[in-house]
Order: sequence, then structure tokens, then C-alpha cells
Amino acid sequence: MAAPPNAIESPLKSTESSASPVIVFDNVSIAFEDKTILDGISFQLARGETKAIFGIAGSGKSTILKLTLGLLKPDAGHIHVLGEDVTQMSEESLFELRRKIGMVFQESALFDSLTVRENVAFRLMEEHDLSEDEIERRVRESLSFVELEHTVDMFPSELSGGMRRRVAIARAIVTQPEILLYDSPTGGLDPVTSTTIVELIVKQRDVSRTSSLLVTHRLQDAFVMATHYFDRKSNKMLPLPPGARGEVPMGFLILRDGKIIFDGGVHELSVSKDEYIREFIS
Amino acid sequence: MELTSPADFAKDLVQAVQDYSVLAGRSMSNLFRTPRYFADMTQQADLIGFGSLPIVVLTGFFTGAVLALNSANTLERFGSLSLIGQLVSVGMVTELGPVLTGLMVAGRNASGMASELGSMVVTEQIDAMRALGTDPTKKLVTPRVVSTVFMLFFLTIISDLLGLIGGGIVAQFIFGMDSHQYWSSAWQTLMFRDVFTGLVKPLFFGFIIATVGCYYGMSARGGTQGVGRATTQAVVASSVLILLVDFFATKFLMAIFGYR
Repeated sequence: MAAPPNAIESPLKSTESSASPVIVFDNVSIAFEDKTILDGISFQLARGETKAIFGIAGSGKSTILKLTLGLLKPDAGHIHVLGEDVTQMSEESLFELRRKIGMVFQESALFDSLTVRENVAFRLMEEHDLSEDEIERRVRESLSFVELEHTVDMFPSELSGGMRRRVAIARAIVTQPEILLYDSPTGGLDPVTSTTIVELIVKQRDVSRTSSLLVTHRLQDAFVMATHYFDRKSNKMLPLPPGARGEVPMGFLILRDGKIIFDGGVHELSVSKDEYIREFIS
Repeated sequence: MELTSPADFAKDLVQAVQDYSVLAGRSMSNLFRTPRYFADMTQQADLIGFGSLPIVVLTGFFTGAVLALNSANTLERFGSLSLIGQLVSVGMVTELGPVLTGLMVAGRNASGMASELGSMVVTEQIDAMRALGTDPTKKLVTPRVVSTVFMLFFLTIISDLLGLIGGGIVAQFIFGMDSHQYWSSAWQTLMFRDVFTGLVKPLFFGFIIATVGCYYGMSARGGTQGVGRATTQAVVASSVLILLVDFFATKFLMAIFGYR
């Protein structure tokens, strides 16, 4: 039998989770050209938790990630990330904070004039305090995590869509950030590649215990994450043992018309009586 | 097509001027903040400077040659053919060298910067750079501004020299003028104020080319069509600004040297 899941080995206590949220949205609103995208939303992401954000196209899912990073400023409300209010910070001080956060963009956003090595090493090279050998070691380590070590000298244009997403994940995790933000990491990919990406996200969650926000259109991906764990011994994602459902630190957030209509776990989601949610998950 | 109201147009214009001023200001203030990207500056200097050399050489040479050709006909009527050297050297050094080099480099590099940065914006690479904790104005804009200002200065000197050579060839081989006479009159007529005027202008022009190119690139919206629009706007705006600033810079420098 497989080893017990890591997430269950030392689950985060509820008090610890609520006491130290890494991201707090407090009554946040934003509008683009008179169209309200987020209308006074509030939620928290606990340390070590992965929260999947759902909603129809244009519901503000990616906007939440950009607000978290301070790439956008809200019209109203406050956003605390790792204890700092990003809505009050200057761009200069935000660069410091962003070094503790990794982001995987929707279309990967790899630098097309740089090789895979240079893309993954970008942040390490910017820090100017690591030797060439150390940078190379960490780039290799990060690429081996996504099983793409052989692409190190290739350019992004030479990679498939799925490989680009995996390189983007390697780039995001190379500095071992405290928070990871995934913007539709499986969007537009075939089911097999999607499963590979989901497995990498679960691996990052259960092995490194990184807090994450995950924007996705694919509910099945989030259900897989909520019902599976990463087994280190077999180096595979495995289903949770019977009765252990809901034990992994995984939450769901559903947006509708600029508001949050659901914020809870997989069990609460599956028993929700809200018609819109029922339709959404069916 | 929806028409923009005058109020919205005015607001957009003010916003654009403000954004441009902020970007231009930051491109300079970044010089006093770390990190400084010397490797990127060198790479850009190679792309902008060495890459623009062929068009600058050709433009300078033929401008000087045609200037000599046109003025020689007029000067010959008054028996003043010997003044070709003076006319070409003053014309090239104070005005045509800096302006035409600026316009050529604007056509080549403002468009290149706008399209490169614009493509990075629409593919979220600029956002990715910010997300990775790197300031795009430090990494991308400042090296381009510094390199363009630095290289345009030297490109203008090369253009001036090639213009004088072009004029000299026309004067010697078409109008039979003695080359020693041409070069000595060209050299002796140049005064400090002419050289100073001709070498100050490229500093302004280089700044305009790079900041306008980067501004349109960084503010590109709407996919590949938006990148195309940004590229065109960058060339038009930088060329018009060069001509505009040239007039005011000339007037200002004339006032300083008190000769008009």
C-alpha cells in the first residue's frame, strides 16, 4: 500500500491556518471602463492552502491574481499579502515583495528571446548574489521537478504548449516562493498534458507546502487536486485513501457578477444547494 | 466606429503626456538606482549604434554630396564656388547631420523599440518581468535611452564627416575644385558655436527617439494590431518631435551665443 499522504501526515491545524493567512482580500472592488469586475469581495488564503478560483470568462479570476501581485491597484478595499498591504505600497517596494511570490501566467509569458535556462534563472540572475554554479544547480533542480531538464538550451518557441507551461512552473518555483499563483495552467491543453500539470501543482502543494491561488476553468482539475495527494515514495499523484476526502489543504472560490458566491471545501461544494453552483459543477 | 468626445480626447491626451513624462523621468532617475544593467546597455549600444551605421553613412554621404551639387550651381553664378566647403560644413554640422541622422535612427530604432516592447506587453512578458521582481523601466527602458543618446552622438559625428567627404568629392570631381581649398574652407569656417550646436542636438534627439519608442511600446494594447499601431505612432511622434525640438534648440542656442 502507498505511504500515507504528506498532507495528512501533518495537517495544518485550523487555528494555525486562520491565524496566519498569507493573502487577505478585504472588501476589494475594481472596475474597468465603467464595468464592475469585482464588487467588494473578501476572502483569505491560509498558509499552506491551495484555493481554486472559478467563474465564467470575464468574472475577474485573473484580476484577483494581478491584484495580489500588485500589478493592478483596486478602486477600493485592501489586499494584504504576507502581512503587507499591497494597495498602499509603491512599485519599488512591491518588487521586493514579488520576489517571495511565483506566478504562472495563462500563456506562460516566457521571455521569447531567452533560452529555457535563462528564463528559469531570470530571477536568480537578477539577485546578483549567487555563483554561476549555484544558479545552474538550481535551474537544473527546478527543471528536473517539471521533468524538462533536457530543454535547458532550447528557446520557448521550440517547445510545445504543455512544455512551456511546465517551464513557467519551473521559473515560478526556482526561488522557492512562499506563495504561488497559477493563471489557468491547464487552459488549452490536452487531457494528458493537463493531468501532468495538475500532478505538478499537487506535488508542489504536498511536497513544498506552498500556499497557492489557482485560477481555472476546469472544475475536474480542482476536484482531482482535492481528492489526490502526492506520494513521495512512488513519485506519483495517488487518490486519497477512502474516508480521507477533504484532508488535503484545498479550497474553492466561485465568483459571479463580481461577488463571491462560494468559499469553502470540496465537501461543502458537493452538497451545495445553490442552483448556480449545482449547474456549475454538474 | 464610435466617436470620441472632445472631453475624452483631452483627458486621453493629458494622460498620455503624463505617462510619457513619468516614463521619461524614470528612465533617467534609474541611472542613480541599482541595479544598473551595463550588459543590456552594451547590447543595445551595439544594436542601435553599429546596426544603424550603414544607413547613417549613406544618408550623411549623399546629403553632403547633394548639398554641394545644389549649392554649387547657385554659387557658380556669383563666382563664389570656393564657398562650397563653408556651406557644406556649416549645413552638415549644425543642422543636416544631427537632424537627418536623428530621423534615420528614429525610423529604424523607435519602431524597433516600440514593436519589441509592444510584443512583450501583449504576450504578458512585461507583467511576468514585474511579477519576477524586476523593474521593466530599469531593465528595458533605461539601457535603451542611455545607449541611444550615447550612440546617436557618435553617429552624428560620423554622418557629419561623411557629409563633408560627399561634398568634397562632388566639389573636386564634378566642379573641379581643389580638394585642399575645399577642406581648408570647410574647416576654417566652423566655429565653436557651430560644433557645439551640432553636438548638443543629438543628445536631445537620442532621448526623444528612445523614450518615445519605449513609451509607445509599453503602452501598446490590443494584440498584434496594437503593436503595429504603436510602431507607426512611435516613428511619427519621434520624427515630429525631433523637428520641433530642433527648431527650439536652434533658437535657444542662437540666443545663448548671441548671433541672432
